[in-house]
Amino acid sequence: MNNRKSTAVPVINIQGQNCTGCATSTLCTQYPAIKNVLLQDIVPGFKLDFIFHPNIMTASGNLAMEILENAAKEKGYVLIIDGAIPTGDNGIYCVTGEKDGKKYTMLEETVRLAPDALAVIALGTCAAFGGIAAGNPNPTGAQSVGDIFLTHDIKTPLINIPGCPPHPDWLFGTIEEMLTKGLGNVELDDFRRPKTFYGKLIHENCPNRAYFDEGKFAKKLGDEGCLYELGCKGPITYADCPKRQWNGRTNWVIGSGAPCSGCTSPEYPDLLGDFYHRIIDVEVPVNEKRPKVQKK
Amino acid sequence: MKKIVIHPITRIEGHLKVEATVDNGEIKDANISGTMFRGIEIMLEGRDPRDAVMITQRICGVCPEPHAMASVGAVDQYAGLDSKIPPNGTLMRNLILGTRSISDHILHFYILSGLDYVDPAAVMKYSGSDQDLNILKYFLQQGYSRPFLPRDEIDYKFDTETTNAVVSHYIKAMDIYRKAQQAATIFGGKWPHDASIVSGGVSQQLTVDRITEFIWRLEQIVDFVKNYYVPDVIAVAKAYKEYLEIGKGCRRLLAYDSYKTISDESRGDTLFKGGLVNDIDTYSEIDISRITEDVTHSWYKDKEPLYPGEEKTEPMAGKESGYSWVKSPRYDGKVYEVGPLAGVLSTYLGKGDPYIKNMVDNALSEIGGNISNLYSVAGRHLCRALSANILADQLVGWAQQLKAGEPTAVEYDPPADGEGIGLCAAPRGALGHWLKVKDGRISNYQVITPTAWNASPKDKDGQPGPYEQALIGLKVRESQSPIEILRVIRSFDPCTACAVHMVTVKGNLIGKYKVV
Repeated sequence: MNNRKSTAVPVINIQGQNCTGCATSTLCTQYPAIKNVLLQDIVPGFKLDFIFHPNIMTASGNLAMEILENAAKEKGYVLIIDGAIPTGDNGIYCVTGEKDGKKYTMLEETVRLAPDALAVIALGTCAAFGGIAAGNPNPTGAQSVGDIFLTHDIKTPLINIPGCPPHPDWLFGTIEEMLTKGLGNVELDDFRRPKTFYGKLIHENCPNRAYFDEGKFAKKLGDEGCLYELGCKGPITYADCPKRQWNGRTNWVIGSGAPCSGCTSPEYPDLLGDFYHRIIDVEVPVNEKRPKVQKK
Repeated sequence: MKKIVIHPITRIEGHLKVEATVDNGEIKDANISGTMFRGIEIMLEGRDPRDAVMITQRICGVCPEPHAMASVGAVDQYAGLDSKIPPNGTLMRNLILGTRSISDHILHFYILSGLDYVDPAAVMKYSGSDQDLNILKYFLQQGYSRPFLPRDEIDYKFDTETTNAVVSHYIKAMDIYRKAQQAATIFGGKWPHDASIVSGGVSQQLTVDRITEFIWRLEQIVDFVKNYYVPDVIAVAKAYKEYLEIGKGCRRLLAYDSYKTISDESRGDTLFKGGLVNDIDTYSEIDISRITEDVTHSWYKDKEPLYPGEEKTEPMAGKESGYSWVKSPRYDGKVYEVGPLAGVLSTYLGKGDPYIKNMVDNALSEIGGNISNLYSVAGRHLCRALSANILADQLVGWAQQLKAGEPTAVEYDPPADGEGIGLCAAPRGALGHWLKVKDGRISNYQVITPTAWNASPKDKDGQPGPYEQALIGLKVRESQSPIEILRVIRSFDPCTACAVHMVTVKGNLIGKYKVV
């Protein structure tokens, strides 16, 4: 981009009870592409410097743990956490590494690294809200990053980027906002999600909205119409999927004829009901020409 | 005797630890541990069976699509739909799984394993016109080096020219990975965690322009597989020749049938033929009822090994004899390796398809090896690349069989009770899902993943798992994290989140046991 060496922003990414889907989603970022993110300025003047990322770094084992330890001493990094943090049995359900005979749990790593970070980004619904890892009956006592902040009195600024997976634009767009507007000027909603990406309901921008308004509902997958009856959680889910779309705008969930599962919500996956069953607390406009929607 | 512990093993999926006992530079014993546990199946109890297709994808975000495929296979069977899926549905499922598998193999060879064989920090002196290399060079000139450095000692063997070429492909692979996922998303809805794979078929409707778009997007991916990926793997096998002998493993292979074909009778019923391979090249049919899971050294309550459909697991974090969250799947009580090596050899030996036979034979003659050399670090990489090549040759044909405007799914109208099994070839090998339904809700769910087979700990007879067998006898350099160990482990393409998830839905009380 320019010839002057820009400001390096150290980034540490640690992983708890994850599926690595947050990383594979991030890897598919298009503008900037991941090679741009790794090698070039993400916005003019700022370069992300990936100190620690388990999926891309060369070092393993002791050396990897040493890199993390040194970074923790130097402070002033952005900490990205994906995956939930198990707290049951002292966090034994996720051991992230070992150095000189000492094992580190994800819980210990979070408590060690989060207080000295410039900001913490909880990436994906597991880190932001517990998500799949904390799904009922939550066998391992999995908690979100925010939960750990509360129980351990950590005051570092926290931004949640939920989604299962999160869209890569939601992560890098938020980092771009942080760097250009300043961390304090990134507007967040009540669940600490950036309003730029999570400010509107799926429903508000859905191309099937007209079908919903006129009461034309698909009865089975493949039918024309709104997918509300087939379990779409779009009416209660905040994300910009309908406008942004996915994977270089090739498609998105509702575009592929499938109902939204509400994956950016704190209630995902337990409190939204079955994926293919209708949510019941939304007012449905009455269409006199059609039979009334039966409540279960 | 000294002990080497490598934890974390980076550039894999998930949380994995290796502990090796070394004497005189040679590994005498090895313990492989999966160190993260979630208990995904617990969540499935009482849910709508269709939800399993969505939730089991979250077992793994690197390879969610095979979980969707195995799960939807199990749900289709339970719902009595497995023979009723419209051709469009079967083809789209193949195209999603096939395209994403290719991208997964590319991810594994370049992004995950690549840095074991090629040094991005060595392009400082590059003077050509490749844009990606010049960007990397400028990055290095400014004093940046992370995440490539620091690192433990690695014996890089490529000359400057090959290094530049392969590093440039390493960067290009990041673009190809994204592009392949975008192509498959035309049918799958989003990556990762496809939305459109549903019991009865696929929810995505088909139009001619979407099919054509897919075929055009595929062109670049196929080109990369044939002109970059396969040649680069062969270059590694030639430059690192000792790795055609290193990391042999248990030398027993297991694979499932995968990718149903629609009309191309010459290829048989599935593209990849499942089976067992023993004694290097002896093929036999597989009987999945002989699969059991052993928990002797896993953190679960002790019991006799059981068939996955019958398995009831009780986690026990403090178990003294345990050292991993991964269980030990066994076939006839014996250790088997799964993965593209198994899938390709089982098809090569069991199907007699001249096209696949020639492809394997040609690759072997180019690297100067024979079938026994496939049981090795380089052999695993090669079979993974050949597997991608087989898929790359097939996908366009499948896409051309799609019929725009015709049905993609049949209606889901399941019985109250039933069972189903779904098997498929995941990028990392044989994957199976076992489903039981009562009163329309899931009553039992079991998954045996490829990495559970490969990363399994020792069993009741003391037989080490495939990773462990591949490490025992390995000569290693003086290092905290010897590169030889990492090359062997990464050649299997570990996916630990997949391997550790298995808990049956009944009677688990995690947290009941005191943890040391």
